[in-house]
Amino acid sequence: MFKKKECVAMLLAGGQGSRLYALTQKTAKPAVQFGGKYRIIDFPLSNCVNSGIDTVGVLTQYQPLVLNDYIGNGLPWDLDRTFGGLKILPPYQGQKGADWYRGTANAIYQNLEFINRYDPDYVLVLSGDHIYKMDYGKMLAFHKQKGADCTIAVLDVPLSEASRFGIMSTDEEDRIFKFTEKPKEPDSTKASMGIYIFNKDKLQSYLEADEADPMSSNDFGKNVIPAMLAAGEKMYAYAFDGYWKDVGTISSLWEANMDMLGEDPELILNDESWRIFSRHYSQPPQFIGKHAIVTNSVVTEGCEVYGTVKNCVLGAGVRIMHGAYVKDAVIMDGVVIGEGATVNYSIIDTDAQIGAGARVGAQKEDGVEIAVIGTGVHIPSGAEVFPGEMIS
Amino acid sequence: MTAAGLIFSNIHDASIPELTRRRTMASVPFGCRYRLIDFALSNFVNSDITKVGIITHYNYQSLLDHIGTGKDWDLARRSGGIKILPPFITAYENAASGRVYTSRLEALMGVMNFISRCTEDYIVLSDCDVVCNIDLKDVIRRHEECGADITVVTKRLNAAEHTLNAHVMVVDTDDDGKIRDFVEYTGSERELGEIDISTNIMVMKRTYLQDVVLDSMAHGYTSFYRDIIGKNKNKSKFMVYRYDGFYELISSMESYFACSMKMLEPDAREQLFGERNRPILTKVRNSAPTKYSAEAKVVNSLIADGCVIEGKVENSIIFRGVHIGRGTVVKNCVMLQDTYVGDKAMLNCVVTDKNVLIKDGRRLSGHESMPFFIGKGISV
Repeated sequence: MFKKKECVAMLLAGGQGSRLYALTQKTAKPAVQFGGKYRIIDFPLSNCVNSGIDTVGVLTQYQPLVLNDYIGNGLPWDLDRTFGGLKILPPYQGQKGADWYRGTANAIYQNLEFINRYDPDYVLVLSGDHIYKMDYGKMLAFHKQKGADCTIAVLDVPLSEASRFGIMSTDEEDRIFKFTEKPKEPDSTKASMGIYIFNKDKLQSYLEADEADPMSSNDFGKNVIPAMLAAGEKMYAYAFDGYWKDVGTISSLWEANMDMLGEDPELILNDESWRIFSRHYSQPPQFIGKHAIVTNSVVTEGCEVYGTVKNCVLGAGVRIMHGAYVKDAVIMDGVVIGEGATVNYSIIDTDAQIGAGARVGAQKEDGVEIAVIGTGVHIPSGAEVFPGEMIS
Repeated sequence: MTAAGLIFSNIHDASIPELTRRRTMASVPFGCRYRLIDFALSNFVNSDITKVGIITHYNYQSLLDHIGTGKDWDLARRSGGIKILPPFITAYENAASGRVYTSRLEALMGVMNFISRCTEDYIVLSDCDVVCNIDLKDVIRRHEECGADITVVTKRLNAAEHTLNAHVMVVDTDDDGKIRDFVEYTGSERELGEIDISTNIMVMKRTYLQDVVLDSMAHGYTSFYRDIIGKNKNKSKFMVYRYDGFYELISSMESYFACSMKMLEPDAREQLFGERNRPILTKVRNSAPTKYSAEAKVVNSLIADGCVIEGKVENSIIFRGVHIGRGTVVKNCVMLQDTYVGDKAMLNCVVTDKNVLIKDGRRLSGHESMPFFIGKGISV
């Protein structure tokens, strides 16, 4: 039995995130850790729940083990529902044969049956690549008020950066008349955030048409949106002006983590009115030892700090041993930094171990790159990992 | 072997009235993020005891809040799981006198329905005034092996080093561990040095418990120790199980404070939290990680998630959502959930209950033997 839902969210979580290299070798990008106790996917999932959207299909494909484990039945986000709730949608074998998800549009196309079970009026398409807090309910209200066929959330970006994004040109009514993917000479600063609301019937007919076109690469940005625009559908840009960061690269992931720190941080996560939920297990409280120094940092439960930690984000159960010095680093769950080790300007993935006296990265300054240690890697005592190196 | 558990949530409320005025002993916050019942519940779950009755008496709203469906202990089950057992008052008899149970035995009589509907072979009883991580499977195994009627878990400790009260049962055994006698703690034991005290964790066959409780109802007995163990100690086989892991008994504000401070010792934490397959579980609150400002100075302290630390914290236990303002110095303190300390305050040996507000510049101090306690929601 399925109750009708006004809006169903489809979260594209199958991406490899190849620009995160060592961090996504064994994990899909949406399951990469963020901010001490979160994973990237917590942000769109929490946004859905906080916006009153309780039916979410999560499309998985690349390295789904960690991601599936993490999402489970959706309990941490209150998405274990009798009606609706969270459903994991992997590629499947059909009567005509098996098929991987060939593109973002094809992934949704292959799951039209899932969407139609809930007979929704609207479909919200999300990706698992961004850190942001956003009320999709306001965007849906905008979509309805404009009588739109498709609404795309946009963010005002500096002109100098506009050529990295899909750029929308709009009239004074916010109606989109032009869309260019990564323009060389951008004529607008409204960048697509990869968040779309479609009228369900329109979406279905365009997806079916797109699927019938053998030349299409079955991608929303490259094919579906341009086709709708060319056909003169009512497409509107919804302006969002909060914190939003694409964490698709090592440096942007590092920066987004650091945005939690400081006197007046850009990214505030202890906000009772818009909570970000995550799955975590009971660990003992964090212990800060007798000779420890912890400043300008974010530390999660289960950590034991005996050394020095400055400008860092520490995940759950991290141990910083005596005499270790850790600065400007993102340290994920279960990492051990051995006695006297030095870690500078780095990202260290889950359960890695840095041997006593080892040196990772170099002081952060212009021209120095981030060192990355992959999940479970053991760096031997006294070894040195140079800035910019990635070890997996 | 299958077993069900029973937890007495109120039985020691009188030991620490400051913290139980508005809650049960079971829901007294402890160790930055736990409530005392978490230890009893985790011990059950970690020993594959997944049907647990919680006997309540009064003041149990905070307990219900904490337990919820039992999901956080993996006890939201179709079969078994957590059953809250409120006091049984019929419209006819007890209500007029307003009398609910007053002793352990009477409490058991009130939950006979639960006991008789269990299909498990054994029942394990536990109180909520102990902080320990015990493998109950081993206790049951030993109970089976020696063919005891009741096995009482005891802990040997040096009476001179602990603050105990008259609710504590001192157990006397022969060389084989058979209980010869027990007496209520009087204080004179301090000179004896090492004594064995009952942890009130007990194992017995379900059918045995059913029989003795029915028998007690018929005879009008009221005390479990005096009327059941005491009267039958010669003809029945009552054995002890000597537990030698980390154990702390919360029997007063002084011992609550001392036990909290014990959590700063690496060895204590290792014994309590270090067992990989026996984690202490608690309600997940979804706080953000704790934030330390550039001026923060934290030494030898245990800190929960969701805090903001901008001042100096030393030898303290800081619960979830606590704020420590700039220029503030907090030493030897236990600060419960959502305590807010403003700027430039000086605190020493202070215990704050939930939602306490300490304004800028306040100077408060207690002593280890008498911590300065500030009740729930009070502004200073």
